[in-house]
Amino acid sequence: MRIGKDLVAAAATPVVLGILAEGESYGYAILQRITELSDGELEWSDGMLYPLLHRLERLGHVESEWRQSSGGRPRKHYRLSAQGASTLADHRRQWSIVGGVLDQVWPGDGDKRQPRLALGLG
Amino acid sequence: MTTEHAPALDELIASWREWMERRDALSVRDVDELESHLRDRVDALTAAGLADDEAFLIAVKRLGSMDDLSREYAAEHSGRLWKQLVLHDSSDSEGTDASNGTMPFVRRANGLTIALLLGVGAGIAVKATELLTGDPELVFRNIAVLVLPFLAAWFAWRRRPPMGTLLGVAGAFALVALALNLYPFDGGSSTDTVATQNSATAVLATIGSIVALWLVTGIVDAGGVWRSDRTRMDFLRFSGEWLVYYVLIAIVGGALSGLTVAVFASIQVDIAPFIVEWVLPCGAAGAILVSAWLVGAKQRVIENIAPVLTKVFTPLFTLMMLALIVASVMQWNLVDGSRELLIAFDLVLVVVVALLVYAISARDPALAPGWFDRLQVLMLVAALVVDVIVLVAMIARTGEFGFSANKTASLGLNLILLANLAWATWLQIGFVRRRVPFGRVESWQTAYLPVYLGWAAILVFAFPPMFDFA
Repeated sequence: MRIGKDLVAAAATPVVLGILAEGESYGYAILQRITELSDGELEWSDGMLYPLLHRLERLGHVESEWRQSSGGRPRKHYRLSAQGASTLADHRRQWSIVGGVLDQVWPGDGDKRQPRLALGLG
Repeated sequence: MTTEHAPALDELIASWREWMERRDALSVRDVDELESHLRDRVDALTAAGLADDEAFLIAVKRLGSMDDLSREYAAEHSGRLWKQLVLHDSSDSEGTDASNGTMPFVRRANGLTIALLLGVGAGIAVKATELLTGDPELVFRNIAVLVLPFLAAWFAWRRRPPMGTLLGVAGAFALVALALNLYPFDGGSSTDTVATQNSATAVLATIGSIVALWLVTGIVDAGGVWRSDRTRMDFLRFSGEWLVYYVLIAIVGGALSGLTVAVFASIQVDIAPFIVEWVLPCGAAGAILVSAWLVGAKQRVIENIAPVLTKVFTPLFTLMMLALIVASVMQWNLVDGSRELLIAFDLVLVVVVALLVYAISARDPALAPGWFDRLQVLMLVAALVVDVIVLVAMIARTGEFGFSANKTASLGLNLILLANLAWATWLQIGFVRRRVPFGRVESWQTAYLPVYLGWAAILVFAFPPMFDFA
């Protein structure tokens, strides 16, 4: 099942910040991690990640640095800043409220979905 | 597809980079980052058993469409679309990218160094001629011959036209220089200031030389392919943008000079003579090159200015001419107008043609005719009506008082512009009614350029002897 465009866009910032909360990373690895975490269901064009990362950097949520990779290729690494960590916590509170509301209004059995949604929010 | 004939991965990536770097929203560092991503993706795909070129295609596809991508970058880095007007070249200073590391000094910033050097050269040429001859009138008459070669040199450096073109253009410059300086113009009293020449034919020849040599310089800009209406249209675009920049620089330069004089006057130092004798002439000559450089440097970066001005002034100008028609019908006083009348209306026609040409040059040929095209029909018809009224009056007056050089020159220009506008109106009406493709509207204007060149040449070469150098 493909996740709708608006939802992907809304989730992008917390997902990326959440992955960087696991540790420093770079664009390609972040995308790999997203694919892995969502079983390939949360997807957008690879290139779109970079303008998002640049925005997060401009806002001060992440910091970046160019490094040589093991293969000798230059690579831009991103790292969560203290401010980014608090933004992530903020996003998490917002999403859990939204998630909580949705859990209560889903028709039928909402219980099965709850753990999965929570996982995605990281 | 066999893998032996597939281009190597590095080659594919290099050509992909070239495309990406053309996007103004992406900096070289961004492309570096995307390339690093692309290579990671390719590595993963080849590890899964794909050939290099297949992996490359998939990886590029997964990056997303170039338009969407550069729109996203532009949204995040909108400042870049503006700030590239500043003087440093496109590669970031901290960038370690090898392909830009060897860029020669003079190529940086689109050749600003060359433009500045040529601008200084133009200033020196003007000033040196004045100091050597001690004759401001001579400098004024030769202004096109003194300054425009430097602009031609700038174009020659950028476009690398074939040698034959350069020789032809140099020949044209030489011919004009000979005519301007060997003809025995009347009444040259050197005590006068620069702008007041006594000989009307000398003034006409000067104006003719500026127009003719400007168009000839355009041949260098066209890199020798001056028969193509695309390159001609490009040169028209260049001319309009250039004029906008030149006027801007002149205004700011004038303000700066005024301020400088005022500031120094406050400490009892009079530097006005220095400003007038040195800064203004050298600055005016040098600004020609700087404007030319600016047009080239920002061409790709932001929306051009001249087309915006045409959008603003076409309606206003149309209103003005409609008011003029009403006024002249009610009062019929145009007929009693003076000799300057024809010159004034030549200027009106020049503006109408300019508004039309720049609107055409900025228009997407594929678009269907819209309100602005209809408005242009109205402007053209109004211009024709006004001009016919004036022309009838003037021809009656000329029959009474005979032909002078000035009158003949303006009458000729008037007829040339009238013919252009009449046919342009016909084409424009056809275009609005969807009978005429836009390309014909366009090519009519570019095809007309040699007519201006011809008339300017007549002013330079034929008028002085015809009117006894008076």
